Amino acid sequence: MTEQSASNSLDGNAAAGPFTDVFGFDVSTVLVTCGGCRASAVFAEQRAFLGGPGTVLRCPGCDHLLARVVQTTDELWLDMSGSSCWRFPLEASTA
Amino acid sequence: MLGEGAHRLDELARSGREDGDMGIITRGFGGRREPEAAALPPGQYLTRDFPVLTAGPTQYVDTADWSFTITTETGDRTTWSWADLMALTSEDIETDIHCVTRWSKLGTRWHGVPVDTVLEHIETAADYLMAHSYGGYTTNLPLEDVLDGKAWLAYGYADGPLPVEHGGPLRLLVPHLYFWKSAKWLNGFTLLTSDEPGFWEGFGYHNHGDPWREERYDGD
Repeated sequence: MTEQSASNSLDGNAAAGPFTDVFGFDVSTVLVTCGGCRASAVFAEQRAFLGGPGTVLRCPGCDHLLARVVQTTDELWLDMSGSSCWRFPLEASTA
Repeated sequence: MLGEGAHRLDELARSGREDGDMGIITRGFGGRREPEAAALPPGQYLTRDFPVLTAGPTQYVDTADWSFTITTETGDRTTWSWADLMALTSEDIETDIHCVTRWSKLGTRWHGVPVDTVLEHIETAADYLMAHSYGGYTTNLPLEDVLDGKAWLAYGYADGPLPVEHGGPLRLLVPHLYFWKSAKWLNGFTLLTSDEPGFWEGFGYHNHGDPWREERYDGD
């Protein structure tokens, strides 16, 4: 019924900042597996939606919500429930 | 009151500079001053743009395929087609809108059907609703915040149809709450006897979202 457009999204790099704030290192090379269609892609190749009002990461293949981050006054909230796996290259997490 | 007004003007002038939007406020020359300046809720800045913020892809829904369904707490469903909705009495709305990301836009003009109209003949004991959108977005509201002329199913903006990037063909308009409550691409309400959090309300944002009380985040 609906046709979806990528016109209002950015690539995952645009969302790397808020997620990097959570993990403490650059997440752009982390391999994220979609909990919907099971496709895997590095964080930088996922789809980002910014400021609406949090930061949202979606699967480029099926638009499934992978993860989101919200910064409140005194907390960072992280929801990864839409992704089945995050694989962190050791060089990224120890850099 | 004078002091409070002056404080708000200071905030507005400061935020206007931060936004690179010079000329919103002219102070000290006896020149033009925005008459609406004191109308900004705390922590908000004035914008003349209409920022587009979404949690997901733009939803393109042809009005021939569009429908709006109210589901009661007992499971009864009432559905309106686009033609059904266009047949309802509609009205013009002029209102200020306030986004939790701190922009406010004053004097926006909309056209739509009051939420009262579609709830009028629905039998329910519910006190809450969950608004649903094409694309899966949800937001929760107490019924008292959408009745008595406080909310609309809006399909017109300025003097034309509501643009798709702003939620067309139809969005919820609840201007007295932060704008994440005014769900784009609306396609239904589920009436609830107990409150449940929507997409942002369950994830860091305030359950109610009154900009005048600065109800931005969980715990505010």
